[in-house]
Amino acid sequence: MIDVLLSYTSGLLLFLGCFFMLTGAIGLLRFPDFYSRMHAAGVTDTLATVLILSGLMLMAGWSLALFKLALIMLFIFFTSPTASHALARSAQLCALRLTHAPVDNGPADVSRPTAETSTPASRMEAAEGS
Amino acid sequence: MLNATLIALLVVMSLALARAIKGPSIHDRILAVNMFGTKTVLLIAVICFTFGKPEFLDIALVYALINFVSVIGVLRYFEFRSRHQDGTQNGTGEVASD
Repeated sequence: MIDVLLSYTSGLLLFLGCFFMLTGAIGLLRFPDFYSRMHAAGVTDTLATVLILSGLMLMAGWSLALFKLALIMLFIFFTSPTASHALARSAQLCALRLTHAPVDNGPADVSRPTAETSTPASRMEAAEGS
Repeated sequence: MLNATLIALLVVMSLALARAIKGPSIHDRILAVNMFGTKTVLLIAVICFTFGKPEFLDIALVYALINFVSVIGVLRYFEFRSRHQDGTQNGTGEVASD
């Protein structure tokens, strides 16, 4: 009785893990932007891993394999959001440098000729006034 | 159900590999490689239960460690490389402050 229940629960957890994993992979392949791709991959990655490893833990029973699976699950539960955050931070740093560099250079290039043209005019006005 | 999980894992790994080959920027590739490594850990764990050999779980554990460290290392490398290129384009004052 309890074995049948454990088997069905394990199969359900494995099926849910496969579903989330396939959803994340299709989102990773088909989303148009990098940040939406990272949302699709990073959200489903941890959940699918936890579900599949929970199904395997139910299948393993009380043994050393259960402890090792729990260790893998704990490690991935901590490192997968960390890697996702580091990736987002690195992408934001690189993308910010790329998008802000022309914006910072643009007003500087525009304001420099106006400043240079305004200063001789003001100097000429000052010279004419004096 | 284990065989279906195995097939789904292989399909997901092929999709991630397609994104890693096709990805326009370097961060897309790193994201796809990270996902590929995580799915490899799951694949080794499922193969261990399919073949009935619990010794393979140690390999999965070590692979999870190596995957995380390699992704962080590659991210550091590209972050510092982009900063260095940006500093050499703009000037030397920001590089000295960084």
